[in-house]
Parts: sequence; C-alpha cells; structure tokens
Amino acid sequence: MATIEDTERIRSAADTSRVMVEVRAMHKWFGTFHVLKNIDLRVTAGERIVICGPSGSGKSTLIRCINRLEVHQQGTIEVDGIELTRDVKNIEQIRSEVGMVFQHFNLFPHLTVLENCTLGPMWVRKLPKGEAEEIAQRYLERVQIPEQADKYPGQLSGGQQQRVAIARSLCMQPKIMLFDEPTSALDPEMIKEVLDTMLELAETGMTMLVVTHEMGFARRAADRVIFMDEGEIIEKNAPEPFFNNPQNDRTKLFLSQILSH
Amino acid sequence: MSVPATATPTYPPGQHPDLPPPPGTAGVIGWLRANLFSSVFNTALTLVSVWLIYEFVTAAIDWFVLDAVWEAGSRVDCRKQGDGACWAVIAIRLDQFVYGFYPADQRWRPVLTFVLLFPALAPVLFDRTPYRSQLLWFSLAYPALGAWLIYGGLGLPVVDTDAYGGFLLTMILGVTGIVASLPLGILLALGRQSRLLAIRVLCVTFIEVVRGVPLITLLFIASTMLNYFLPPGTSFDLLIRVLIMVTLFAAAYLAEAVRGGLQALSRGQYEAADSLGLSYWKKTWLITLPQALKIAIPGMVNVFIGLYKDSTLVVIIGLLDPLGVARAVLADAKWNGLSNETYLFIALFFFLSCFAMSRYSLWLEGRLSVDDR
Repeated sequence: MATIEDTERIRSAADTSRVMVEVRAMHKWFGTFHVLKNIDLRVTAGERIVICGPSGSGKSTLIRCINRLEVHQQGTIEVDGIELTRDVKNIEQIRSEVGMVFQHFNLFPHLTVLENCTLGPMWVRKLPKGEAEEIAQRYLERVQIPEQADKYPGQLSGGQQQRVAIARSLCMQPKIMLFDEPTSALDPEMIKEVLDTMLELAETGMTMLVVTHEMGFARRAADRVIFMDEGEIIEKNAPEPFFNNPQNDRTKLFLSQILSH
Repeated sequence: MSVPATATPTYPPGQHPDLPPPPGTAGVIGWLRANLFSSVFNTALTLVSVWLIYEFVTAAIDWFVLDAVWEAGSRVDCRKQGDGACWAVIAIRLDQFVYGFYPADQRWRPVLTFVLLFPALAPVLFDRTPYRSQLLWFSLAYPALGAWLIYGGLGLPVVDTDAYGGFLLTMILGVTGIVASLPLGILLALGRQSRLLAIRVLCVTFIEVVRGVPLITLLFIASTMLNYFLPPGTSFDLLIRVLIMVTLFAAAYLAEAVRGGLQALSRGQYEAADSLGLSYWKKTWLITLPQALKIAIPGMVNVFIGLYKDSTLVVIIGLLDPLGVARAVLADAKWNGLSNETYLFIALFFFLSCFAMSRYSLWLEGRLSVDDR
C-alpha cells in the first residue's frame, strides 16, 4: 500500500532531528480536578509514540491538548515550531497539519465517504474539487476501501468506518497523526484491519502519537512507549525494555493486568 | 394464537430451511384477525365502530354535498331550497375571501404572484428540480418581484396595503414570515451557543422575551406603540410592522427548534470538524447546521404551521384576514347565521395549506434519512 515514493517523500520531508511536538511543564485542570501534571514530551519527526495507561489517567486528554481540542492552563505546547495560543488562526493552522482519529470514528454521516475525504482538502486547503477527489481516491485505496467511496458512513462496518476516518485525516496530508483509542469501539474481528492500516502508515515514516491498549501494536510499531497514571508520565522507554523490564511498580501492575490473559 | 409445536418437523443441525409463517398470521387476513377480531369483545367493538362511522359519513355527505345549496340570494332563499349546507354564501363572497378589497381590475397581479410562487419554491424544496441552479436565481429574485407585483409602482398602479385581505393576506403573512424567520431563527440559535458572552446574552434575551409574550401583545405593539418609539414623522406601514412582528415571533421559536437539533449532534461531530482545521463558519455551514436542521425539521415545520395559522390573529388589530372577511359576511343581514359554512370553508383552506406543509416535511425527512441508514 505505501509505495516506495510515498515513503521516500515523507522520510525526506521529515528530517528525523526535527522536533514536531514539544510539550513543556504542561498542566491541565478540569474545573478543580488536576488531570495533567507537569507533562514534558518531545516528539521528533517520524517517531511513533504509544501512550498507554489505566482509564482516567489523562492519556486521551494529553493528545487532545496537542490539537487544542482541550485547552491547557499552564506550560507550553509547540507543534512544528508553532506555539499553541488562544489565537484562532494559529489553532486552525496547527489543526490542519495534525490529523486526528477518534475512538468513535466521528465521520460526517450526511456526507458520502468521498465527500468526507474531500471536505478538508477543498475547504481548508482550497484545492479544486477534481484534485481533492484524486487525493481522496488515493488514500481510500491505501486504506483498501476505494470501492466504498460513494456510500454513506452508516452503510459501512465499524472497521471500514475507522479506515475511512484514517483516510480522511491523511487527505489533509498532515505532518502528525494522533490516534485516540482507535480500536476501542470495534468488534474484535475488525480490530486487526485497523491495526494493519496503522502499521502500514507507521512504515511510511509518519509521526504518530497513539493512545491504545493494543500492546501488540506497541511492540511492533512504537519507537517509544509512554505509561501514564493519574495525570503523570510515569515511565517512557523503547518497547523492548518497557515490556520486558518495566521500572516502576505501577507500570508493572498495569502490564500484569493487561497482559495476563 | 400459537400453532401446536408438533406441526413443524425437525431437521438435522445446520439444515433448517426458511419456512413460511403459519397460515392466518401474516398478510391482510392475519392483520384483520389480530387487530379487529381477536376476541368476542373486540369483534363487537369493531362492528359498533363500523356502524358509527357509516352513520357519521352518510350524514356528513348529505349535509356537505347532497342536500347543500350552491346558488341562492339570501339565507332564507337557501333554506327554501334544502336543509344542507348553504354554500351560496361562499360563492357570492368568494372574491372577498380570496382578495379582500384588492381592486377587481388588478387581481391578475396577486394571481400571477401566486402562480410564480411555485417555480420559485420548487428548486428550494425539491433538490431534483430540473434546471435547479438556474431556477434558484429566480427564487432569489422572487420576494422583490412579488412585492412589486402586489404593491405596484414602477409602471404598475399602487394598491395600498389596507386593501389586502382574505387568503391573499394570509399568504403574504405566511410566506414572508416563513422565509424571513428561517435565517433569523438559525442565527439566533447559533448566537445562543456562541462563546462570546455579549452575543449569547443578546440572543437569549431576545428569544426569552419574545417567547414569553403572546403574539397578540406583539401585534398590538406593532399597531399602536411602535409609533411612539419611532422618530416623529416616520410612518411605517401597518402591514410591514405586522410582518416584522410575526417574523420575530416565529424566529424565536425556530431558534429553539434549531438549537435542539444542534444539541442533538454528538460532540464528536464538532471535534472532527475542528480537528480538520475548519473555521467556525465552515464547520457550521458544512457539518453541524445541515445535520441539525435535518433533526429539527419536525419542530421547525411545527413552528411554520403555527405561524401560518396565527396569522389569523391580525384580525384583532383590524387587518382583513379570512376571519375578518367572515365577520363582515356574517354581519350582513341577508346572510347572518351561516357561521358553520363560513368557518368550515376557512378551516378547509387552512387545513389544506398546513397538511401540504406537513406532508412535505415528512417527505423531506424520508429523503434525507437515506443518508445514514
């Protein structure tokens, strides 16, 4: 699916020393509840980060802060060198460079699959319709559902919908992709098709931040695994040492709970 | 009504064929049995109901049609000819019911306006209208064209607004009110959800004040008080003032219907649109509003039908809507006492218009629901 040229294009564009996301001493509260505590995170171009942790640990909130679906109250977040501030134009600019895949797909039910994919390129990138459709077709082929282009999201299975959602984000040709538990709402037999799509995307050199409980994916695709609990980053490491030799007790407990069946 | 289990043979696992349902449980006969004749009591109820319906319908046909009088010079004349409905009163005063006091030699103008309403509405209401994009330009020009045709000026003799009456007045109030209140209602609904405090407060205040006041009060304000607020010397046509009030009133209700639609959308829809980098207006126009309006169709049509029927309230401030004409007709010594016929005729007109709106909304819901089956 990922052609060699594609891979080359993204790899060469993404100088691996370039910092794509830089989070410094970031805090966030929901009302008085302290959800994120002193988060420091640096992601370089082409890096694949898997974030895991028990539910309520703030991992989704963290990646939602990166495209400002959630607003942080302290510290700084820079995306590709641009700091996230209240400036609306700034936020829109960053969002157009950062793709997001949601747990519940969030496709637009009143638009066809093709229209879902062309919407961003046409209205944000201002591409002509023909060109936007060409791009959409290309990415729909990549996620292996070009034949569903004229259907409505409600006519597709969950796995297909999630792959369309991935294609919709890719059509914006983003520099970073965020995945917020992309397989958690899927039936077991559909998880694999979405993970396969994500694995292939990882091979193209896309910068990815993935919140997931799929430890198999983390082992195969991640450069680093981050473990969060109660709003803090407890441990970060490459997958091998992370899984085989966790340092923190809470990490050990978490891993024993999700890997012990 | 269960069928004994022994009636079905057994099959080896995985080989069970699809069988037809037991006889008498499906189709017309099955429905009749289940719904009308399921017990002795139900059968008796069914028979009594059929008899009552028969009595009522035959009596109604007699009164409305068979014994009705279509031509007569007065009520007394009517009664001599038959004891059914005296439709002669409608026939003789039909022009007034339709046009009010619009001058007879100029009546082609409202007629033409009415006829042109259909090509103007078709492309808006039906997305498969042939030549839709060209016709939409006509729809856009129609309000000005209609106003010119009915009011006059620029070569046409002017007909003052106090001459408008009857169904013509109802149509003017209804169509203008609906067309003008829709965009205003949408903006109010969006404004009510705005993150800017000033806009939100303004919209909430407007909606709550207008919704909290009876339409009649607003109409009285339009007819009397508005002149005190306006600078001296400005005279504002009463019909225009009434139109503004009717529009504002409907817009406040529409805003709430639309808000319901906007709130029914999942947060994920807003977030997905945001995460593509769409600006607020693009997000609203492309993603949230189309979905919200679809959800809000029943509520919105409810408001429109209400507005249309409430337009009869203008009779209280002296405009000659169909009810005003009815009053005038019934005050005529030759015809007084025929209120059944007069009001039934007006009811029929309103029913047909409102029923058409209601059917259209059902059709539109069905048409749009194809999307997310």
